[in-house]
Amino acid sequence: MKPIFRLPGIAPLLLLLSLIVLGALIVMPLGVVFQQAFAKGLDAYLTPLREPDALAAIRLTLLVAAIAVPLNAIFGLAAAWAVARFEFRGKTALLALIDLPFSISPVVSGLVWVLLFGAQGIFGELLLDHGIKIIFATTGLVLATIIVTLPFVARELIPLMQDQGSDEEAAALTLGAGGFTTFFKITLPNVKWALLYGVLLCNARAMGEFGAVSVVSGHIRGLTDTLPLHIEVLYNDYDFVGAFAVATLLASLGLFTLVVKTGLEWRFAGELAASRRH
Amino acid sequence: MPLEIKSISKAFGRYPALKDVSLTAVDGEFLALLGPSGSGKTTLLRILAGLETPDAGEVNFNGEDFLSLPVRRRGVGMVFQHYALFRHMTVEQNIAFGLTVRPRASRPSREAITERVRELLDLMQLEGLGKRYPSQLSGGQRQRVALARALAIEPRMLLLDEPFGALDAQVRRELRRWLRQVHDKAGVTTVFVTHDQEEALDLADRVAVLKDGQLVQIGEPAKVYENPANGFVFDFLGAACSLPGVVEGGRLTVADWITAAPEGAPQGPIQVFFRPNEVAFSPADGEGVAATVVVAGVRGAGGKVECVVGEQLLELQAQGQDLPAFLTRGAEIRIRPTRYKLFAAPTSA
Repeated sequence: MKPIFRLPGIAPLLLLLSLIVLGALIVMPLGVVFQQAFAKGLDAYLTPLREPDALAAIRLTLLVAAIAVPLNAIFGLAAAWAVARFEFRGKTALLALIDLPFSISPVVSGLVWVLLFGAQGIFGELLLDHGIKIIFATTGLVLATIIVTLPFVARELIPLMQDQGSDEEAAALTLGAGGFTTFFKITLPNVKWALLYGVLLCNARAMGEFGAVSVVSGHIRGLTDTLPLHIEVLYNDYDFVGAFAVATLLASLGLFTLVVKTGLEWRFAGELAASRRH
Repeated sequence: MPLEIKSISKAFGRYPALKDVSLTAVDGEFLALLGPSGSGKTTLLRILAGLETPDAGEVNFNGEDFLSLPVRRRGVGMVFQHYALFRHMTVEQNIAFGLTVRPRASRPSREAITERVRELLDLMQLEGLGKRYPSQLSGGQRQRVALARALAIEPRMLLLDEPFGALDAQVRRELRRWLRQVHDKAGVTTVFVTHDQEEALDLADRVAVLKDGQLVQIGEPAKVYENPANGFVFDFLGAACSLPGVVEGGRLTVADWITAAPEGAPQGPIQVFFRPNEVAFSPADGEGVAATVVVAGVRGAGGKVECVVGEQLLELQAQGQDLPAFLTRGAEIRIRPTRYKLFAAPTSA
């Protein structure tokens, strides 16, 4: 980037200011997480991670992400394909709907499921009669997570697929390829890095989501507590080492996502919508 | 007739792209669809490829109902305007694609595919570029890869959408000759879409001129050029000037110039169309339409004369390196088209 105007000393000053803010607000707290986690030594760090409740929370978080992320990847691909390839009524409305989870509070995204499927909800009695449990159960967690992470894959793919156009797919068809062959040999390879990028962001959010799952979870220890909820529980119990130890897992996931994300952006800058928007 | 297009109509929403278009092509013919943007020529090509479905009409190819065949069974080789090369595949993989996706029963052996790709690389003068990716090629090279990929499936018909649209003038002329040679060698019926009249006239066996979704004229290039069906075709096929006039009682009147009307001329209000280089200039006492010179000078190979007739500005060309002495700025002169065409004046105007 070229400076529009030059004032002596202004650039280093701004840089210093940014570093101080970033350091104070992001690096230092992140450091504290690890410092607190290891405050009483390695054993004290590992103990809360070996607890059955913690293991259950890890398993549950992985399970929820393992269901929500692939579903959102499929939805994202389908929605992006529809938006990028076809003209239809209500396209703008669909785009706005896809963006909606970004703009509403996650708490609301969780609450809607309670209103629909909770004991006092619209379908509450019906579900109760059939012995189906959605709220305060894994299903509810998955639903809440899907809503919150819905836009990530679609938002990443739509601009790329619109940009690429459908000519390559049309060319494959004229050359004799069927629909499936065209999808797996042309469409998918053309968006694979953007898809991976979207999935990565979606996964990070799915595993770290707090607000929406907090509403539908019911906080049943060892049953419906995901990692972020488990951390809160530990923290509220004044188990700081435990809370921070479990928090290092989430923080590490975040750092890992950041590294892969940066790697992808560096390598495939041209294909990623997110890096082009910046 | 191998290719018969009958009364094809197609609308996108309320916008009609094609209105009752019928035309035919003989075996091995090189047919150009020529028209300005929005004339429906690309839509027609995409209908032939099967990428669009017409609202009405028929397409027969070698007696077969083409419209009932899905895209992949039509066996057409299509070259897209922006080539549409598979960006994640090498040149070789691009060319081989149509063969490798065939069902196992009709798929050639790996060796046969490699051999076919090598032949096409040779034919397209792409030797040594087989391992490259499309992004590593120049525009002209990409164009040839796209053509090689289309030819690899031994298509029954070749469809080219503005094949030279994205290339610069120099490369364009070279590839034009070469495309004609490839067509003659392959002997396959080719339909190509262009908005460049020079390209169409130079390359095609026959030219079909389209305007606003309708077929205006079809014929051999020389015939269409010499006998345009109307003012639009005349104007579209090359630089053109036109002046309003009247034909009455065997006489043609253009402003203050009166001359014998040619045989078979339309009666009543007409437009006189002529090429800017087919004009005779004379001093004010000569024959022709009175005009005032605005600009006169020698530009490159010939002279450029701009003059005003009534309120209309005409850009004309004078032959030779030296302009006659009377052609000076502000001079009153007379101009007489040496060759012209008369078309009935548009009624709505």
